[in-house]
Amino acid sequence: MSKLKAFGAFWYDFIVGDDWHVAALVAAGLAVTALLVHVVGVNAWWLLPLCVFAALAWSLHRATARKP
Amino acid sequence: MNALPLILTVFVACAVEAVEALTIVLATGITREWRSTFQGMAAALVVLAVITAAVGPAISYLPLTALRLVVGALLAIFGLQWLRKAVLRATGYKTLHDEASAYLKEVAAAKAAAAESRRGVSDWYSFTLAFKGVLLEGLEVVFIVITFGDNQHNIGAAVIGAAAAIAAVVVTGIAVRAPLTKVPENWMKFAVGIMLTAFGTFWGAEGAGVAWPGNDAALLVLVPVIALVSGAYIFWLGSRSASAARAARPTSEVVGS
Repeated sequence: MSKLKAFGAFWYDFIVGDDWHVAALVAAGLAVTALLVHVVGVNAWWLLPLCVFAALAWSLHRATARKP
Repeated sequence: MNALPLILTVFVACAVEAVEALTIVLATGITREWRSTFQGMAAALVVLAVITAAVGPAISYLPLTALRLVVGALLAIFGLQWLRKAVLRATGYKTLHDEASAYLKEVAAAKAAAAESRRGVSDWYSFTLAFKGVLLEGLEVVFIVITFGDNQHNIGAAVIGAAAAIAAVVVTGIAVRAPLTKVPENWMKFAVGIMLTAFGTFWGAEGAGVAWPGNDAALLVLVPVIALVSGAYIFWLGSRSASAARAARPTSEVVGS
């Protein structure tokens, strides 16, 4: 069981990294982009770059908010 | 698309990974024992070859849209992780990744560990340390080569970029027999973070069904825009850090006087 846990922790760390919010925002951005394109019919090429910039800003803010 | 940007991107990304693997291997080999270190390295390379042989062809059978969606998401997440660390290091919120101090830490740990012979390996500690270091950094190299090469339909160019990076780092490492401390690692990571994020955003959105204005030429806009925004974040955090330091200084001067 501990080996399985370590295996899972390795892949979580490899893929998600230090801040899971970044991965969540990118995934949400992709999901909403797909919805806009396939359901609403909007070519939302601008949405993912906005999500990427927002994810980086949010993650940096969280990492530095309580530090000098 | 021209193969040169692909080769250069893969070269820089793989060079960073190779420098980190070399630091671990050198620290282990020099302080402990070269034979077990090489055995660990060789075992890691065999595992990497097996993973590449299994995953590489499987990826090429996936539909391109699904591949771009998944790979784009992963690359964007990797790229943002790299950018996040590089920005935090550039602004002093995180200590710079110093290969010299990483090397000294590995050396101290290697000296402190007891020698133990296991499964035909004379020094198990050297074996496992070299194995883990080469496997972890190697996995990232394999991922970059397969995803970039497959998405651009040019695995050969990606392999050339990776092989050149590894050869350059290994030859330099053998020549100087020390960790490559002069490599501006943080700025290399910053550049790689920008490229991974740009390619990931481009492919991910394409996989979600987007048609980019200007098709592939959109990448030529995405890369500098991501660089500019990341630079602006460095400026923002840097000025915030400097004003916090200024605010703290008069108090200490009053206390001091």
